[in-house]
Amino acid sequence: MSEIAKRVLDGCAVSGGRLIRWLEDGDSRGLAALRVVYPRTGHAHLIGITGPPGAGKSTLVDAVIAELRTRDHRVGVVAVDPSSPFSGGAVLGDRVRMQRHATDDGVFIRSMATRGRLGGLARATFEATVVLDAMGYDVILIETVGVGQDELEIAELAQTTVVVSVPGLGDDIQAIKAGILEVGDVFVLNKADRPGADDAERHLRMMLHLRRAAEGAWLPPLIRTVAPRGEGVEDLVEACLSHHAHLRESGRLDAVAARRSEHFFREILRDRAADEILRAAASTDRFAGLLEDVRSRRIDPYSASDALLAAFEPRFEDADGERGASS
Amino acid sequence: MSRRIRVLLAKLGLDAHTIGVNVIAQALRDAGMEVIYSGLKQTPEMVARTAIQEDVDVVGMSSLSNAHMVHFPKVVALLREQAADDKLVIGGGVIPEEDQQTLLDAGIARVFTMGTPTREIIAYIERWAADRANAGDARAERARE
Repeated sequence: MSEIAKRVLDGCAVSGGRLIRWLEDGDSRGLAALRVVYPRTGHAHLIGITGPPGAGKSTLVDAVIAELRTRDHRVGVVAVDPSSPFSGGAVLGDRVRMQRHATDDGVFIRSMATRGRLGGLARATFEATVVLDAMGYDVILIETVGVGQDELEIAELAQTTVVVSVPGLGDDIQAIKAGILEVGDVFVLNKADRPGADDAERHLRMMLHLRRAAEGAWLPPLIRTVAPRGEGVEDLVEACLSHHAHLRESGRLDAVAARRSEHFFREILRDRAADEILRAAASTDRFAGLLEDVRSRRIDPYSASDALLAAFEPRFEDADGERGASS
Repeated sequence: MSRRIRVLLAKLGLDAHTIGVNVIAQALRDAGMEVIYSGLKQTPEMVARTAIQEDVDVVGMSSLSNAHMVHFPKVVALLREQAADDKLVIGGGVIPEEDQQTLLDAGIARVFTMGTPTREIIAYIERWAADRANAGDARAERARE
């Protein structure tokens, strides 16, 4: 077994930090270690925390860590912030709110920049959760970037998705169009000591009531919190753990895990296939010519793609003699 | 996917001045680096653990309240203890001339005092990263032979 994989499975922080780094950077040493640790993962409860910028997600995560620690959970955290589209750099400041856990052996916090990925997660958030799981963290909190309306990939990754709202967001329209109601398993009204909190709560409850619910389905609770004071946080943690128990008891936990695996398999395949095709295409004269034509608007990008892909035949060797590509 | 330089910026000691560290954070970001900012009043233990969890390439510590002589060397020692000392550790802030050699001897690679242009810091980090990448390539080359 690779040395780093073994140390990650032993919970070594230095090795865990390094393996996440390799996976994030696409370093081949990371893939070798991932191969070893991956079959031993899949045990952690992944809780996503999402909501608009300024909703107080980091402070809430800090309070949730504290509550989980009183219950003897080992807590991993992946906190995502956006990369600058101009420089590719980023300032990742979520840790500032979580400082009190910095020297707790039962807490491992990793900040991640999106690196151009859309959807509210970073390029390697999934990979980081696998590593934290392998290190023995049994609850993993994933704080998304401040999301708008359709950046909800977190629901594919986490078993429990917590949607954080705050008073005064112009709720009426926002809540409906966000699609955010469909993905939430637990709803939080944070900053519930602010003016307008009662109105916001009433509105959210109404929207949740309008959700269609099947027989025996989980009914998402709405919890009021004031994160800096820890108010409501015990209830929030209780709700997240209850949701996990509900998934287990209703036999849905396996289905959720299977869906996550399929989602990230398809995502990774798509990324790598696109990279490979682009790399191969970019070295051809045909690509250079078509690119020139696209730039000068002699040809539209779709026709140019067709022209290029006409010379490209994807084939899988084990496809029983049939075309392996899409029909 | 490609490698990006990751930098931890931490403020040690009791001062609450954040303007300088913010200016540096933004300059490093604009140079394409990922900057983890961990906040005020960090202890050496917090800095070392954060550097390990975040697996940064560079640890940049700032002190404006005379915490540097004890705290900066302590961070280096803690990283060594955990065999996580393959990082560039630099310091800045209000550091008297006569303290600098002691810090360099303790394993701080470079001390940037007040008024250092950010481009100088960026150039220093980039040069270090390029040197390390070259050394890594040479090592890989030897391993293949």
